[in-house]
Amino acid sequence: MSDPVTRDPVTPVLAVTDLRVHLPASRIQVLDGISLDILPGETLCLVGESGSGKSVTSLATMGLLPKKALAIAGGSVRLEGEELVGASDARLRALRASRMAMIFQEPMTALNPVMPVGRQIEEVLKTHMHLSARERREKVLAMMEQVHLPNIERVYGSYPHQLSGGQRQRIMIAMALILDPKLLIADEPTTALDVTTQKQILKLIKEMQERMRTSVLFITHDMGVVADIADRVCVMHHGQMVETGAVADILRSPREDYTRRLLSAVPSLTPRPPRPDATREKVLTVSELAKTYAQRSLFGPKRETVAAEEVSFTLGRGRTLGIVGESGSGKSTVARCVMRLIDPTSGSIRLGTQEVSDLSPATLRPFRKRIQMIFQDPYRSLNPRINVGESIAEGPCNFGLPKAQALRRARELMTLVGLPEDAVERFPHQFSGGQRQRIAIARALAMEPDVLVADEAVSALDVSVQAQVLDLLADLQTRLGIAILFITHDLRVAAQICDDVVVMHKGRIVEHGTAEDVLARPRADYTRDLLAAAPGRHWDFANFRPLETAV
Amino acid sequence: MASSSHTDAGALPVARPRYIPNLAHLRFAPTVAGLCLLLIVLMAIFAPLIAPHDPIAMLPAQRLKPPSDTFLLGTDAYGRDLLSRLIYGARISLIVGLGVMVIAIAVGLPLGLLSGYFRTLDAILMRIMDGLMAIPSVLLAIAVVSLSGSSLLTVMIAITIPEVPRVVRLVRSVVLSARNEPYVEAAIAMGTRLPALLARHLMPNTYAPLIVQGTYICASAILTEAILSFLGAGIGTETPSWGNMISEGRMYFQLKPSLIFWPGVLLSICILSVNLIGDAARDLLDPRLKKRTGA
Repeated sequence: MSDPVTRDPVTPVLAVTDLRVHLPASRIQVLDGISLDILPGETLCLVGESGSGKSVTSLATMGLLPKKALAIAGGSVRLEGEELVGASDARLRALRASRMAMIFQEPMTALNPVMPVGRQIEEVLKTHMHLSARERREKVLAMMEQVHLPNIERVYGSYPHQLSGGQRQRIMIAMALILDPKLLIADEPTTALDVTTQKQILKLIKEMQERMRTSVLFITHDMGVVADIADRVCVMHHGQMVETGAVADILRSPREDYTRRLLSAVPSLTPRPPRPDATREKVLTVSELAKTYAQRSLFGPKRETVAAEEVSFTLGRGRTLGIVGESGSGKSTVARCVMRLIDPTSGSIRLGTQEVSDLSPATLRPFRKRIQMIFQDPYRSLNPRINVGESIAEGPCNFGLPKAQALRRARELMTLVGLPEDAVERFPHQFSGGQRQRIAIARALAMEPDVLVADEAVSALDVSVQAQVLDLLADLQTRLGIAILFITHDLRVAAQICDDVVVMHKGRIVEHGTAEDVLARPRADYTRDLLAAAPGRHWDFANFRPLETAV
Repeated sequence: MASSSHTDAGALPVARPRYIPNLAHLRFAPTVAGLCLLLIVLMAIFAPLIAPHDPIAMLPAQRLKPPSDTFLLGTDAYGRDLLSRLIYGARISLIVGLGVMVIAIAVGLPLGLLSGYFRTLDAILMRIMDGLMAIPSVLLAIAVVSLSGSSLLTVMIAITIPEVPRVVRLVRSVVLSARNEPYVEAAIAMGTRLPALLARHLMPNTYAPLIVQGTYICASAILTEAILSFLGAGIGTETPSWGNMISEGRMYFQLKPSLIFWPGVLLSICILSVNLIGDAARDLLDPRLKKRTGA
């Protein structure tokens, strides 16, 4: 894994050599001989799929491995030449924040919810420096200014829940960098954020890094982010280093097979060629759909929150319509209204020719068959107490199919989604995330629906698994002629699978058209912003080359 | 943790063996508590075989005797054998404890399921439950018993009433969080009818917390029954219970302290055992606590 490029004899800020981490109880190796070093001012991206050991690497470096559960079995971690493996807890505590700092994926849980954020930043100063209260406050406000928080006096006294996700992450960054550490470890810091916010946070990290000459160890699963910010990349798989090198080398000419597969699985932003709309038969027609949440309060006026408004679209048999938008854009509200899991405030939903928006639960029941849903979280979408065969058979049984026949059908469906048919007797926890999503698809297909609503159905999956599930959906669509309403925040996924795309923003549709028109020639400003914020948009990962036609 | 990524469709994880309890993992306190409770249960079931004397036969000539070969723990103020009364007293405590637990769950579980599922019903039902919870439980029990006469059944009903709201609230809170789970929504989308939805997808989530809550209800019912008996509002003195034994023994406390001591000891051991088993059940059933203790 040594880097063939000869570098200046600068001492690396962080030098990890042959780091091994195992589970003490079973001696299972979690990290197997990880070596990496980061030079001053450099950004090293650690990429890999879930379970590859990238977070364990960062926690081992910080000395934050969960005690008893994971232990360092060998190797060395040197921060500016100082050995951290075997260092005392007191020493590690002193080094954290002052010499190395960390930011996490979900700033809401990393911040204390009952303390104003300004005081939380001050806490770091209190622990590590001797300053008067006034000096501390001034330093905190200066730092908040540097991370471009608006209205810093007010934000100083705000609680985490009063800030947006992006602002919270800025607070985390301010907290991490206030003592001017040499190394910043960022563990998926933008994964929970919208693309436009992600772009701003990445820019901020870059800016802070240039100003303070901090080295950054950036952990991510997103190749787009890697292409945007990395100087060097280190690819991990199953606790081992697969490949390491300069970002351009890795993206252009990956040496290892695994890296090549990982890059090829990244969906391209170039929309798929349009398919002819053969039948012109509409299976789902939504018009003027609106959903308002009224918040009653004991005192003061009634407040209304508009989740979706004037939403209209049609979906033809065998076609895929993507609803794209950031969090809070109302795309999931629309999906849930269409499924009649929540009741729309007004508007019409027609399944084929049948109006379903105003049916009572009892009269709606026969039409439930015709529209089915796949959910985002594969770990929560299957009842953990029921074996998968019964889960799949439940729907048909509800509509009068004899149990034995439904179970036989479940076995066929398992084969259809690429799982062995004898797996029907297993329980959800015995499957991986991707496999569970296949089971969820099988369960939806058991009803033989006309429309499949996929709400962020591949967002929780690793890219390679994501590609497989998308292929499966496309394959099933051509074979069974199902129409798919595909809800996603990921423009790359939308570009791969959708015929038509609806872009939603703040509960309204801002653009509607064929995937090719919307993603390649966007008309609305918002769509343009979204596309511009998509990480790695200048790079064609699957073909290992930059894209000439940048949007 | 390590999910195989590229072989997603093919290789399946090996089926895990079913959970086999390992005796070496048993912890000290719950084990001792379990053994104590087992002894008390056996004592109650086989009372006619174990008890050396009739627990209600009065022998006026043998009043307040110290322990002897015939009366191992001596006799009470009416000349009844203390040991025999203690053994029979276990029956009342266990019947009340288990009975109240079963009735409270039988009534509270369906109410809680419906309350958690239907918003409108919830608003009404919860206010009723709030009202019930506001009544002091012992006072309510005394009122019920004095109105309808003291029998085992009325005592049990009187103790059950204030326990029901606790069960309803617990079940409701579990249902409230579970009904938003995607698998429940998936079941709704598949046209699952309400009874099946409740029984198949929502109710199983309540089992673990109910088992734990059940042990606490059991312990508190045993204690409340003893309090009622002590106050003279419990089961009639002709049926021995640990509570009314303490109540009767109180007058002769200075002459013969063991009249209070032994029922008191058994009552404490019984309640402590049930509570410890409840704690152990919670540790076992709550995955978060399990992780922390490393069990």
